[in-house]
Amino acid sequence: MEPPIEPGDAEVITAVLKGNPAGFEILVRKYSPRVFATARRYARRESEVEDIVQEVWLKSFQKLGTFRGDAPFEHWLMRLAVRTCYDFLRAHQRNRETTFTELSDPEDDWLERVAANPAEAPDNADAARQLIERILEQLSPAARMVITLLEIEERSVREIAELTGWSVPLVKVRAFRARAEMKKQLAKLAKNKYL
Amino acid sequence: MNLTELHRKLIAAARATPPNDQVPYAFEKRIMACLEGVKPLDPMGLWSRALGFSAIFCVAVMVVMAVGVRWLPTPVPDSLSQDVEQTLFAAVDNNVDQ
Repeated sequence: MEPPIEPGDAEVITAVLKGNPAGFEILVRKYSPRVFATARRYARRESEVEDIVQEVWLKSFQKLGTFRGDAPFEHWLMRLAVRTCYDFLRAHQRNRETTFTELSDPEDDWLERVAANPAEAPDNADAARQLIERILEQLSPAARMVITLLEIEERSVREIAELTGWSVPLVKVRAFRARAEMKKQLAKLAKNKYL
Repeated sequence: MNLTELHRKLIAAARATPPNDQVPYAFEKRIMACLEGVKPLDPMGLWSRALGFSAIFCVAVMVVMAVGVRWLPTPVPDSLSQDVEQTLFAAVDNNVDQ
């Protein structure tokens, strides 16, 4: 049977709690790539990403005493990271007022290809990635969080509930609303393109 | 335009490119510099501090009430019983006087 936490992490956490903060650097070095990848899903500018990750580590250091060790440290840290990203989205939601009139030429071309023959438009095109980024920026914080976790990262409802701290029924309600919001944005995009 | 297909293709595009997990150079040093002087919160310490504050508050309320009882003027303790007694026996007293 797999132990609940890696011995290395447990030892480091115990040492930090006993007054040796230098050991915390091991955890920062080990888990920062995952925290950065999570933060980059929600913030575009690199300075914002670094601020989010710094806040995650500061919070995790301050709350380290509440880590009980009945789940891996990484899970505990990722919950903290997702909640910090959600706080970031809520704090910056006023900045999401952009329109679809400013589409670049590759984005326009890709949309035309999807409209003409969806099978021919490539899934991994840069234009498609930029478009989905634009659409996600238009969504409310909760909708963006749910679409990212449920549809892009393909996590289960229960996993999302654990990560966000929301109840399972609340995740389902927010997923329903998020899909409706996404559909509305897609309709706006299509209307903008063909009117 | 088929919106369902557009949705599917955009989500597929997002799945196809997981975000970069690169960490800036010496980022851990920056975090450790930020943590200087910060201490991890001890939940038991917070709990015991809260209990200590509530005990001090209880003692303060007790002292205020004790001072109040000792120094504030209090009504004459027997006045109510004497009033009741006088009212009850008023008729009898009048008859005795006559």
